[in-house]
Amino acid sequence: MADPATMPLIEVANLGVRLNTSRGPAQAVRGVSFALKRGETLGLVGESGCGKSVTALSLMGLLPDSAGVTGSIKLDGNELVGLSDAEYCRLRGNRISMIFQEPMTALNPMHTIGNQVAEPLRRHKKYSAAQARKEAIALLDRVGLPDPARRVDAYPHQFSGGQRQRITIAMALACEPDLLIADEPTTALDVTIQGQILDLIADLVEERGMSMILISHDLGVIAENVQRMMVMYGGTVVESGPTDEVFRRMGHPYTQGLFRARPKLGARKGTRLKTISGTVPELADLPSGCTFSDRCPLVIDQCRAALPPMVNVGPGHFVRCIRTDVSMAERVGALSA
Amino acid sequence: MSVFVLRRLLTLLATLVGASLIIFLVLDALPGNAAQMLMGADASPDAVRALTVKLGLDQPLAVRYLQWIKGLVVGDLGNSYVYGTPVASLIAERLVLTIPLAIMAMTITVTLALSAGIYTAANHNKLGDVGVMSLTQVGIALPNFWFAILLVLLFAVRLQWLSAGGFAGWEDGIWLGVKSLLLPAISLAVVQAAILARVTRSAVLEVLREDFVRTARAKGLGKREVLWSHVLRNAMIPVMTVMGLQFANLLAGTIVIENVFYLPGLGRLIFQSIANRDLIVVRNCVMLLAAMVVIVNFVVDVLYAFIDPRIKVHDL
Repeated sequence: MADPATMPLIEVANLGVRLNTSRGPAQAVRGVSFALKRGETLGLVGESGCGKSVTALSLMGLLPDSAGVTGSIKLDGNELVGLSDAEYCRLRGNRISMIFQEPMTALNPMHTIGNQVAEPLRRHKKYSAAQARKEAIALLDRVGLPDPARRVDAYPHQFSGGQRQRITIAMALACEPDLLIADEPTTALDVTIQGQILDLIADLVEERGMSMILISHDLGVIAENVQRMMVMYGGTVVESGPTDEVFRRMGHPYTQGLFRARPKLGARKGTRLKTISGTVPELADLPSGCTFSDRCPLVIDQCRAALPPMVNVGPGHFVRCIRTDVSMAERVGALSA
Repeated sequence: MSVFVLRRLLTLLATLVGASLIIFLVLDALPGNAAQMLMGADASPDAVRALTVKLGLDQPLAVRYLQWIKGLVVGDLGNSYVYGTPVASLIAERLVLTIPLAIMAMTITVTLALSAGIYTAANHNKLGDVGVMSLTQVGIALPNFWFAILLVLLFAVRLQWLSAGGFAGWEDGIWLGVKSLLLPAISLAVVQAAILARVTRSAVLEVLREDFVRTARAKGLGKREVLWSHVLRNAMIPVMTVMGLQFANLLAGTIVIENVFYLPGLGRLIFQSIANRDLIVVRNCVMLLAAMVVIVNFVVDVLYAFIDPRIKVHDL
């Protein structure tokens, strides 16, 4: 067996997910590969429907039964694709945890928050009710919930959105997982609360040496919170690399479009927000060739012929585009902004 | 909590007062003079008038209503026009049959409906789901008196396991009484169970789509555990609402079913009293049914608060 210090914690190779949608079968994720070492953080960026949440759910083994998963997901070298649900249940909430987007609906309104935080402890660590409760209070305290000893028996509706997200974080951390997947953890929250929650997650990741996959459509969130990033579009990874490297010089026309489309402080009044023309393609009928070809300003016939390969454009920096010579001629990124 | 219960109790009282007014006015507006009916068509007008006075039917409407309400409060419901015996004891005799019948029917309904509803939701769109749901479709379409006759044909006539009608009473052992109420209870329950099963299924399916179900799965709970520990309690709110409403249907159903099975219950008493224009019995029986329905729904309301922690806070 390889040395656990250098072996990746999670290794995804050529992951494909086929979903049965109301519009017919759709290849929601194609050829996604990445590896994550212990303690490393990875960001997934993209618009809704680009496959980032499906990728996360396939790591959790929580895709609908009708979904077909191909490729390989290895946790510490052990294959996860094809595990039975019972086997997967031993990993979920224990070695891999997830924080979801909607704190208002992610908690069961009928159960006390204490019981919900204690649930994974009782299940995976076989804690007694008293032990689990004590630990739940400690966890709630750690995530910054005020007065946890008194509020442990309160119900979700008695908390604000930010507090509820803190509770779901406590729940996800209960069993000290190796990998934390945070799927748009702050999208549903007020801007002032967003920063606090992201800081909390960052502190906890650092403190516990967890690996994290952070999913967001917000480039700013990604820039500040992860070491490496992958940009997804139409179910494929279009650009990946160290966050600094990608932001220094973006290679894919889509990433560049996302970057240009962000609102800027100090823009002159009346300046229109830049947008990427066109709409996200339906996963059920993706264009052949490059998934972005229908919206790309640099498209040529060759782009539509076949899915472009990943091109190495810098240290660890890959772009799935055959026109990087043109796209990267104009420097788009934090340096040029 | 107590404020919540108190408010619901006040609503309950107001509903009962409203029901009593409607019952009293409707029965009073019915054509036909009770005294005339009792004496027969050939009776002399003087004799009819004398009986009218004796029964208190010459008093103004409001006075008679208040007398009735006063009687209800102290438990004196007056005497039956036809039998001359106290209405209270007449009803009490019949309740010995109808209350166990209603409880049995409700138990069968809930047992069948919850198991079918949960089973089909857990096996959504699979063969078992489609099969059981088709059965409930048939169940909903069955008229209960017709289904009762089918049951009699099978279990009483052909198999001879149970009697075709009549009530054995409770004196010779509980089993005999239960046995004679079994077929009527099943006939009452089948339609209600079919409806409730569908309600349960859709309630469970709806909760299964909630985000917190995914959260629970993400914690490592198996599908079955999530269903029992997270889904069912949330799904029970709509199911209980329908159960409360069905109780009223079930009581109304006893009027027909007790006649099909020759059971001397409250339903049959109402039926006979209407035929005999024994309006004082009808009025009190209908009031009793109304009270039972209102009380059952009050209990359902209070149970909501026990099941759903959010209700207490909103109503305080």
